[in-house]
Amino acid sequence: MGTLRLFPEQASTFAPEVDHLLYFLLVVAVFFTLLIFGAIFYFAVRYRRRSEQELPHVAHGGMALEILWTVIPFGLTMVMFTWGAAIFFRQSRPPDDALNIDVVGKQWMWKLQHMEGQREINELHIPLGRPIKLTMTSEDVIHSFFIPAFRTKQDVVPGRYSTTWFQPTKAGRYHLFCAEYCGTRHSGMIGWIYVMEPRDYEDWLAGGTATGTLAENGQKLFQSLACNNCHKDDNSGRGPTLVGLFGKNVQLAGGGTVKADENYIRESILQPSAKIVAGYSADMPTFQGLVTEEQVLQLVEYVKSLAPKSPAPTATMESAPGAAPRNR
Amino acid sequence: MITQAVQEREHYLNASYGMKSWLLTKDHKRIGLLYLATVTLFFFLGGAFATLIRIELLTPTGGLVSSETYNKLFTMHGVAMVFFFLIPSIPATLGNFFLPMMIGARDLAFPRINLLSWYLLVIGGLFSLFAMLAGGVDTGWTFYTPYSTTYSNTWVIATGLGIFIAGFSSILTGLNFVVTVHTMRAPGMTWFRMPLFVWANYATALIQILGTPVLAVTIVLLFCERVFHIGIFDPTLGGDPVLFQHLFWFYSHPAVYIMVLPAMGVISELISTFSRKPVFGYGFVAASSMAIAVLGFLVWGHHLFVSTQSVYAGLVFSFLSYFVAIPSAIKVFNWTATLYKGSISYATPMLYAFGFIGLFTIGGLTGLFVACLGIDVHVTDTYFVIAHFHYIMVGGTIMAYLGGLHYWWPKMTGRMYPEGWAKLSALVIFLGFNLTFFPQFILGYLGMPRRYHVYPEEFQVLHVLSTAGASVLAVGYVIPMMYFVWSLRWGKMAAANPWGASGLEWHTPSPPPSHNFEETPVVTQGAYDYRGVIGEVIEVG
Amino acid sequence: MASPAHAESLALREQFDTAAQQKDASTLGMWIFLITEIMFFGGMFLAYTVYRGTFPLVFAVASSSLNVYIGAANTVVLLCSSFTMVLAVRAAQLGQQRAIIFFLILTLLLGGVFLGVKAYEWNEKFEEHHIPGATFHLEGVAPDQQGHAQLFFSLYFAMTGLHALHMVIGVGILTVLILQTRKGRFTADYMTPVDVAGLYWHFVDIIWIFLFPLLYLIDRHLK
Repeated sequence: MGTLRLFPEQASTFAPEVDHLLYFLLVVAVFFTLLIFGAIFYFAVRYRRRSEQELPHVAHGGMALEILWTVIPFGLTMVMFTWGAAIFFRQSRPPDDALNIDVVGKQWMWKLQHMEGQREINELHIPLGRPIKLTMTSEDVIHSFFIPAFRTKQDVVPGRYSTTWFQPTKAGRYHLFCAEYCGTRHSGMIGWIYVMEPRDYEDWLAGGTATGTLAENGQKLFQSLACNNCHKDDNSGRGPTLVGLFGKNVQLAGGGTVKADENYIRESILQPSAKIVAGYSADMPTFQGLVTEEQVLQLVEYVKSLAPKSPAPTATMESAPGAAPRNR
Repeated sequence: MITQAVQEREHYLNASYGMKSWLLTKDHKRIGLLYLATVTLFFFLGGAFATLIRIELLTPTGGLVSSETYNKLFTMHGVAMVFFFLIPSIPATLGNFFLPMMIGARDLAFPRINLLSWYLLVIGGLFSLFAMLAGGVDTGWTFYTPYSTTYSNTWVIATGLGIFIAGFSSILTGLNFVVTVHTMRAPGMTWFRMPLFVWANYATALIQILGTPVLAVTIVLLFCERVFHIGIFDPTLGGDPVLFQHLFWFYSHPAVYIMVLPAMGVISELISTFSRKPVFGYGFVAASSMAIAVLGFLVWGHHLFVSTQSVYAGLVFSFLSYFVAIPSAIKVFNWTATLYKGSISYATPMLYAFGFIGLFTIGGLTGLFVACLGIDVHVTDTYFVIAHFHYIMVGGTIMAYLGGLHYWWPKMTGRMYPEGWAKLSALVIFLGFNLTFFPQFILGYLGMPRRYHVYPEEFQVLHVLSTAGASVLAVGYVIPMMYFVWSLRWGKMAAANPWGASGLEWHTPSPPPSHNFEETPVVTQGAYDYRGVIGEVIEVG
Repeated sequence: MASPAHAESLALREQFDTAAQQKDASTLGMWIFLITEIMFFGGMFLAYTVYRGTFPLVFAVASSSLNVYIGAANTVVLLCSSFTMVLAVRAAQLGQQRAIIFFLILTLLLGGVFLGVKAYEWNEKFEEHHIPGATFHLEGVAPDQQGHAQLFFSLYFAMTGLHALHMVIGVGILTVLILQTRKGRFTADYMTPVDVAGLYWHFVDIIWIFLFPLLYLIDRHLK
C-alpha cells in the first residue's frame, strides 16, 4: 500500500511559510472545535431533561456576548487574511533574476523548455537554491501546474500566459500534478520535478542533446517566417523594430499604451490587428495556425533577447534567503 | 403510500384520492411530499454514483471502471446532488410544507406556481437523467470551458438543459416564498415574531431569485458556444475561458448558501424545541441569515484565486470571504448558548442538531483555510476542498434535513418513526461521515488532486479509510429510508404536538387538515414561547 | 354587470383572506419576477460589456453596421406601446371595458410592428453575411479580428433574440387579456392582471431602452 505519510515534504522557500500559516489556522480551528464540542457536550449532560414538565427560565439576550463573539472571530480572521495575502502577494512577484522555464500543457502531458534549449516531457530538472519562474500556456483546455512539495499551483489557460515561481530548498524528486480537470487522462497528466545540486544541474544541461537555446530557435523561426522582412533592427521596415521592445510601454494607435510583456508579444503574433502601434497600420498578417505555442514561446524568448539588459534591483535579491551564488 | 387514518377526521392526505388529486394538487403540503419523493430519488441516484467512486478509489490504479466512466461518475454525482437534491431539498419539502403554517397562512401565495415548480424540477430532472442514461456527461458539475464547449464529447447540452429548467423551479419557489412572507402573515405575526426557519427560507428565497437567473444565462451562453461556436469562451476565437468561471461562480457560490441557510433554519427550530427555550439572540440569528444572503453574492472570486484572476481581485475576494464567515459563527455561538440552562432532550432530531453544529463548525472553520490566499494556492483543486464542502453539505445540510424530517414526520404523516432505530442511524451516520471525510483533509494537504481516477500509491491508506467510512455512511442512510416507509403503515399514531414544541404548525392536528387551520390564527406572542405548551410546569434554570 | 363585492369574491383565491391581500401578492410577485429577469438579461449585458471593453474598435465597426434610424424608429414604437399600455391600465382602473380593449389592441399592434421591424433587420443581417457561422464576414475588420466581430453579432442576436422572445410572450399575454376583458372579467375593483401585465410590458420596453444605445450607438465616432 505504500508508506503512510500525513504531511507533505517542504521543498521550497514557500513551503515553511505556508505551513506556519497552516499551523496558526489549525490552532484556531482546533480551539474553536473543542470549545463548541465541549460546550455542547457539557450543556447537553448538565442540563439534560429530567422531567417532561420542566420549563427553563428564559434569559434575555446578551448584547455584550454577541459583540464579543463577533469581534474576536473577526479579529482572528483579519489576521488570517493579512498573513495569507502577504504570502500570495510574494508568490505573484517573481524576482528579476529568476531562471525562466517555459511550460506548455496539453491533453495530457506537460512540455517544458529550458532557455538553453533543453526540452522535457512530464519532467523538470531545476537547480537548488535559485528562484525559478515558469511561463505557461495551454494548447487546448485549462490545466493547472501543481507541485505539492513547493506549495505552488497556477492554472494554465489557453490563449494567454500565466506565471508562477518558486525557489527549491531541498534536492530530491517531487510530484507534479495537473490540478484542473482536463478530460479523460487528467489523472495521468502527472510527472516529476527533479531538484539538483547546482553542479549536477549544469552537468545535466550540458549532457542533453539540445538543439540551440530557445532564443536561438526563436531567431531561426524569425527568419524562416520572414518576420525580419518587416521588423528590421534599424526600424526601416513596414513594422516597428523589436530591439529593446520587451518591457517597454508601447503607444497604440487610437490612444492608450500597453506594456510589452510576454502576453503582448504572443498576441501580436497571433492576433496582430488587436493592438496597432501608433504610426503604423494594420498590415501584419496573423500567424495563428502557422506556429505552435512552443514556437511562440521561442519567438518571445528571441524578442526578449533583443532587449538591453535591465539592472537587477537589489530589493528582490534579499527575498531569496540562502540563494546559491549566481554563476551565469 | 396512503396513510391509514384511524380516526375518520378529514386531513390533507385523505381529503381526496387518486393520481390526479396528487398530480394536480394545489395543496402546499402535498406538493411538499411530491418534492420529498423526487429529491429522495435523486439523493439515492447521486449516492449510487458516490458509492461507485469510492469503490473505484480503493486501489491506486482503479480497475472497476474506465477513466471516461469515472469522469462521468463524479460529474453526475455533483449534478444530481447539487441541482436535484441539495438545492430543492429543505426549501421545497420542509419549507413548502411548513412555511405557510408557521406564519398562519392557508397556503403559499401562488399554489399553482408552486405545482409548476415541482413539474419543472421533474422535467429538468428527466432531461439530466436522460443524459446520464444515454451515456453520461464528463465535464465536472462546474462545466469549465473550453473543455465543456469544445472538447467534451458527452451529453453536455442535455444535462445543461435539465439544470436550466430546474433553475426555474428554484426561482419560482423563491418568488413564492418571498411574496408569501411579505403578504400572508396572520394577524399579529410581525416579522420579529416569525420562527427562524421562516427567516432562513426567506433569505434563501432572495438568493434563489437573484442568483439563479445568472446561472440560466450562463448555461444559455454555454449552449450557444457549444452549438454555434460564437467565440465567447473559446480562446481560439478570441473568447475568454475565465469569463465562464466568473459567470458560473457568481451563481454557484450563493448557491451553497441556498443549500445551507435552510438547514440552519431547521437547526434553530430543533435547538429551541429540544431545549425548551427560545433561541438565544433571536434577532442576531435572523439578521445573520440576511447578512449571509447579501455577503454571499460578493465572494465568488475565491473560487478563482489561481485562475489568472488578478492579484488585487484575489485580495478583495479573500477579505470579503472572511466577512461572510462571521454570521455563520454568530449562529453557532447562539445555538450553543441556547443550550445553557435549557431542558435538553436527546430525541433523534436533537441528535441530528448536535451533529450539525459539530460538523458545520468543522466545515466552516476549514472554510477559513480555503479563504486564506496563501493556503488556498496549495489546497485548491485538492481533496481538502472536497472535504471542506462535504462537511458543510453532508455533515451540515443533510444532517439538518434528516433532523427536520424526523422532527416534522409526525406532523406530516400522523405517525411516529421508531426512536431506537432512529438514534442508531444518527450515530452510524455521524461516525460514517467523519471516517469518510476527515481523511480527505489530510489527503488534500498532502497534494492529492480532485477528480483523479488513479493516484500515487502513497495515498491509498487514506482512500481506503475514506471508502470504509462511506460504506458505513451508506448504511446509515438506508436505515431511515426503510423505517420511514415502515412507519407509514405501522408507526405509532402521533399527537398534535408530540415534542411539546411552540410554533403554529403544532397547533393543528397531525396530519393537518387541508386548509391548515380551522380559522386564521391571531398571533399574540413571539416565537419559541413554551408557556402553555406543556401544561403544568416545573421552572428550572 | 356584477357588483364590486361580487366581482371581488369571484376573483378571490382561497389562499387569500382579502382582495387587498391578493392584489398586494400579485403585484409583489410580478415585481420580483421582473427582478429575476433583470438578473437574467444582466448576465448577457455583462458579457457584452466585458468584450466591448476588450475589443472596442472591432465592436465599434460592427455596431456601425446596424441601421441607427431603424433602431431609433423601433424605440419610438416601443415607447408608444408603453404609453398605450398605460392608457389601457388607466381605462381598467376606470372600468371602461371598450377603452381597455382598444388600448390593448393598439399596444399589441405596436408590439407587432416592433417585431416585424426586427425581423426585417435580422433579414438584412442575413443578406450582409453578418450572421455568425461559416459564412460570416464583416467589412472593415482584419481577418484575425473576424472572430471578435462575430462575437459582437452573437451577442447582438442572443440579446435581441431573448428580448424578442419576451415581446412575443408579451403579445400572448395581451391577447389573453383582450379575450378576458371581452368576457367582462375586469372591473374598477379588480383589474390586477391588467396592472401586472402592464408592469411586464414596461419592463420589456426598458430592456430595449438599454439595448438600443449599447448595440446601436456605441462609439460611432471611433469608426
